Amino acid sequence: MTRLVVTSIGPASSVQDRGRPGVQRYGLVPSGAMDRLSLAAANMLVGNMPFAACVEIGPFTAAFTARDGAVHIALAGAARSAEIAGRPVAMDSSMTIGDGETLTLGFARGGAFSYLAIEGGIDGEETFGSVAVNQRAGLGSPYPRPLQAGDELPARMASGVTARRIELPSVSGPIRVVFGPQDDEFSEDAKMLFLDSEWKISATSDRMGYRLEGPVIQHLHGHNIVSDGTVSGSIQVPGNGAPIVLMADRNTTGGYPKIATVITADFGRLAQTPAGTAFRFKAVSVEEAQAEARKFAELLRSLSDRLRPIENLELNIEALQAANVAGSAVNAVDTATWQADALVTNP
Amino acid sequence: MATPFPQPRLLPAGDSAIVVEFARAIDDIANQRVLALDKAVAAASIEGVLEAVPTYRSLLVHYDPELIDYGALGAKLLAMAEAPLPPAGKARRWRVPVAYGGENGIDLEEVAKRLDITPDEVVARHTGGDYRVAMIGFTPGWSYLSGLDKSLHMPRRLSPRVFTPAGTISVGGVQAGIQCLAAPSGWHLLGRTAVRTFQLHRDPVFLTQPGDRVTFYRVDEKTFAEQSRTAEAGEIVAELIAA
Repeated sequence: MTRLVVTSIGPASSVQDRGRPGVQRYGLVPSGAMDRLSLAAANMLVGNMPFAACVEIGPFTAAFTARDGAVHIALAGAARSAEIAGRPVAMDSSMTIGDGETLTLGFARGGAFSYLAIEGGIDGEETFGSVAVNQRAGLGSPYPRPLQAGDELPARMASGVTARRIELPSVSGPIRVVFGPQDDEFSEDAKMLFLDSEWKISATSDRMGYRLEGPVIQHLHGHNIVSDGTVSGSIQVPGNGAPIVLMADRNTTGGYPKIATVITADFGRLAQTPAGTAFRFKAVSVEEAQAEARKFAELLRSLSDRLRPIENLELNIEALQAANVAGSAVNAVDTATWQADALVTNP
Repeated sequence: MATPFPQPRLLPAGDSAIVVEFARAIDDIANQRVLALDKAVAAASIEGVLEAVPTYRSLLVHYDPELIDYGALGAKLLAMAEAPLPPAGKARRWRVPVAYGGENGIDLEEVAKRLDITPDEVVARHTGGDYRVAMIGFTPGWSYLSGLDKSLHMPRRLSPRVFTPAGTISVGGVQAGIQCLAAPSGWHLLGRTAVRTFQLHRDPVFLTQPGDRVTFYRVDEKTFAEQSRTAEAGEIVAELIAA
């Protein structure tokens, strides 16, 4: 059977998909990809459904070998050096690993998680509609734990579809938050300090939470509140005053005051912020955050418009340059052209 | 119809969730209002509402901001929260077996000493309680119970344990708990149960629901071991008494 064998892999690497929302009332967190945009981009490149299961690869090196057939894959998310049998390959593109060949990935640069999609997806037994790994709950398939060297991922033999790349918008700037739900547990000064300071993500962070290094954020009335519900992006402040952003594998409830919540559109960008890199927060209104969430959902839906075949790489670079000069009219023509291609090759 | 209760507060939890907060402290009436609103939200099938998470004193409602916005959903939830509480006493009840003390409940002796009573008296007060599942959270199946005998209220341990075993029956603050999976905990460990509130490949996967009533009864270690094997095979070893 054709498969992708994990030849080597670092910690914090696991199979992830859209996750399993719907059972948080029983204490089971949805889990799922830390960076949904990159998950969807990797999947679109190989013609999968956008939130199909991928290998979420943590910041460290990894290698995968195709066995009993060639495997068509795609890489998106955090940039890293990538080679197949010594040939350099690009991120944000799909590629074929020949039978017996090894894909070798370097450390993540400028990000934390890369996504490896396999054409046809990763088969596994779903729990509440998802194969996403949640190690503490013993959930996830084909392995209910982070991946280890020697693990095998069943794969469809490469169908011979054209290799493609995808153009993703480059977004930078502060991570936007909505204050609350418990910002009234903090003084105006503490809230200003939260917004006016540079923050760094601690190296002791994981899929449950990102610990922030920066000034101490003091509580008005102590650090214990009656446990209430959390969301991905909740920024809780425990007794030591060092905020923790709750991530995809968070506890569903928590008893520390939550000063603010990262907006949906910026959650993946925060997830991809490497440990030690300085960043800032910016407060926005709920209305603005919801407008951004709707734009983000629209971006996820329109990824197929951004696919380009790789053999036309040079033409595409010309088109891109033209687009930069001529503006959206050229983009529109370009989009229409490649959308036709996407419709043919996407199931 | 006017409610005798203060109006709850609406709080944003980002752009895709809203908190309806009935009280700031643990409060039985507030919890009943939370559970009533939770039921009402489930029954109303509001377009855009994805799921709700009831806790002691608030309901967290996850929604899709492409389908409904904060203001519109908040107004609907406030209106629903004004409905009077449904009559109490309709809940189903679980009888949960517990092996107290020894290696199953390593804090039983210490709790007894602290209260200056015998370990058996601690067990009597714990099994004498009539509990309600106020919320489920933290890790899968962890059922937070209200109704703990006041004499057993005590602060959590100063330093939480990194590991506490699956099935732990514990008390912390004003709460009692049934813990399903091994997890860190700062609560006082009184015993263990073979009952699994979360078990894959069993129907139902989750045993308890917020609002369920719970009572405990004592079993010896031999019975605990037998029940553990039965539970391992996918059987439910808690006794269910229908509403």
